[in-house]
Amino acid sequence: MDLALDIDQESARELLRRGLGGLPRPDGSDRPGGVLRRLDELGVWGMAIPEDLGGGGAGLGVLVVAAEEAGRAVLGEPLVEHLVATRALAGHDPSHPELTGCATGATIATFAPCPATGGIAALVPGGARAKVVVALDDDALVAVTAPPPEAAPASHADLPLADRRLGDGSRRVLAEARSAEAAHATAVAEWRTLTAAALVGVADRALEVAVAYVKERHQFGVPVGSFQAVQHGLAELPGSIDGARLLAHEAAWALDGASRSVTGADGAALAAMALLFAADVASSATAACVQYHGGYGYAEEHEAQRLYRHARGTALGGGGLDAVLDELAAAVVAGEVG
Amino acid sequence: MEFSANPAAARLAAEVRAFLGEHLTDEVRAEMRRTGTFHHAGLHRAMAERGWVEAAIPGAPGGHDPFELAAVFAELELAEAPYHGLATTMIVAGVLSRCASPSLRDSVLPRIVAGEVIVSLGYSEPDSGSDVAAARTRAEPVDEAATAWRINGQKMWTSLANVAQYVLLLTRTDPDAPKHRGLTMFLVPLDADGVSIQPVRTMGDERTNATFYDDVVVGDDHRVGGVHEGWSVMAVALAFERGVVGGALESTALYHHVRRWASASAGPDGRPLLDRPAWREALARARIDNEVSWLLSQRSAWMAASGGLPSVEGSMVKLFATGAYQRAANRFAELAGPSGLLRDGEPGAAAGGAVDRSLRHAPVTTIYGGTSEIQRNNIAERHLGLPRARPSSAPAGGRSGGRQE
Repeated sequence: MDLALDIDQESARELLRRGLGGLPRPDGSDRPGGVLRRLDELGVWGMAIPEDLGGGGAGLGVLVVAAEEAGRAVLGEPLVEHLVATRALAGHDPSHPELTGCATGATIATFAPCPATGGIAALVPGGARAKVVVALDDDALVAVTAPPPEAAPASHADLPLADRRLGDGSRRVLAEARSAEAAHATAVAEWRTLTAAALVGVADRALEVAVAYVKERHQFGVPVGSFQAVQHGLAELPGSIDGARLLAHEAAWALDGASRSVTGADGAALAAMALLFAADVASSATAACVQYHGGYGYAEEHEAQRLYRHARGTALGGGGLDAVLDELAAAVVAGEVG
Repeated sequence: MEFSANPAAARLAAEVRAFLGEHLTDEVRAEMRRTGTFHHAGLHRAMAERGWVEAAIPGAPGGHDPFELAAVFAELELAEAPYHGLATTMIVAGVLSRCASPSLRDSVLPRIVAGEVIVSLGYSEPDSGSDVAAARTRAEPVDEAATAWRINGQKMWTSLANVAQYVLLLTRTDPDAPKHRGLTMFLVPLDADGVSIQPVRTMGDERTNATFYDDVVVGDDHRVGGVHEGWSVMAVALAFERGVVGGALESTALYHHVRRWASASAGPDGRPLLDRPAWREALARARIDNEVSWLLSQRSAWMAASGGLPSVEGSMVKLFATGAYQRAANRFAELAGPSGLLRDGEPGAAAGGAVDRSLRHAPVTTIYGGTSEIQRNNIAERHLGLPRARPSSAPAGGRSGGRQE
């Protein structure tokens, strides 16, 4: 048991915290492609691709750190989905022609956590941005390359969700039948783990913003952060956020090494736990952040409301959490989780 | 980060499990429930014979590292063994080894190590609970050289005083100083003249005590730490207490009871409980919270093992784990209906009575050892850096009294 970040995790954190800090607005209002360019410069898009294929060769332990930092910065880009999709591509189809572009960020890939129905992957996270979509289509795990739709439907967090037809464009099969199911399940567990980490970043940033504000904002002649009602609402959060972070890291550790936790859970169960818990924590932390800002919290120009919407957009973009809960419950009642 | 079990901790956990399988008999459990005293002299001595009491003493030679210690307490907690005597004694042993005079250390520590002596904690009073530094129990020197002290006052929640040999007693020695600066700690023998003990029964099965000190005289060698320096001794004790001495896994024990019972039970309509979505969800959610409680407690152990003092992190574990325990107890009780109300030993009691027991015990855990409100204050001030929200120290002595939370 060593709960310190290892040297690779530490340097990824440093690099991204510095590189993504004070990011331009995700709506690109400062300069076109600002966010994308910054991510390119940092080499983030290629992190999950092995070095011999032109990427950074990072394992899940480092990707968890990257996802948390991306969550803090509220990118609005399908980075987690790109990382998961490129892991699947590199693992199952290393000669895929789009991998080179994916490694530099010239090509964006995404992953559909929910299986397609009738050849359509519905509301794919990043579907309105990505050229390559990795999805489970009946009994095949496929990578479909096609231009993304021009626009995304208007949605809660302005995320690039979109339906994708898996019959359009060029299609490569990554795995079939049982091995497709297994490959998809692995990618789903990775997506849940990294999404949990992104939610930890959103929650942690919301707490930071809220704490800074309640120290500075005065009412009745004192900082509002001196009121115990406010203090106790915020004091619930650090332990839950730290717990959510540890759980995401534990899931990544278990998936990377095909290990079980000391408590008896495998990587898939831990990934489900991590997502469900982080979704709750991010939801509470961002709601508290809006609440303790008073009226400014819901003003559109303020970060608080953006964090609030992204907490939900990030957690729910890959499908309803009922399915995650059902899966975890099935493992729990079968006695497979300790 | 790396989450595999520390091999020495895993070995020790297996050893403790095997030991409990042999020594934690139904008779021991029955006695604990009957007396409400969460300590069993025979079991405690047997643990001492294996060297576990000595190894549990913080800083002892050959002592366990914090992961091993966490593993020992985890096994005791999951097996629902009567381990509170070990926990309080271990805290006091750590305090004595840092703060007591050599003569007191030499006379008491060997008996603690042998499992002959256990120590209870005497901090709270009828008028001071969360505001523990407002203690009024008086200690006055009997002569100018302060060769001995005369103690008068009353303590509340002195758990285990009825079976312990000593109490670590927080007293006021300077009523005119600011409240944190007029305190002195003593190790008082519970068989001294003038000590009396009255039982206090609690909703959560545990019998605790009110203890009274009426002209109790102890030698100055029984003073622990400097005169008027009792608050810094408290800080040492609290650091050990909030470290790794159990309390994070009560909900895990409940979950195991409920899952085992539910897997063999059906609802009023004959459908297996585990086919019912509400039961499945409740178990899954409890399992998630348990993982988080466990990870947070491991984080404290890891910090302590890396040379840190997990004070505010200890507050986070306690706040989260006890809140999660209450959520689980309430949810399982709602789902179990009347069978969850039946006490253990009654036919048909849900999870062998564990649902009822937890429902009575969970509200205790968010209070004792520092209420959830105190943990939130600690997190708000020391972790988030928010301004102090309550009045700070005025002199606490005499009749003017300290402010209550």
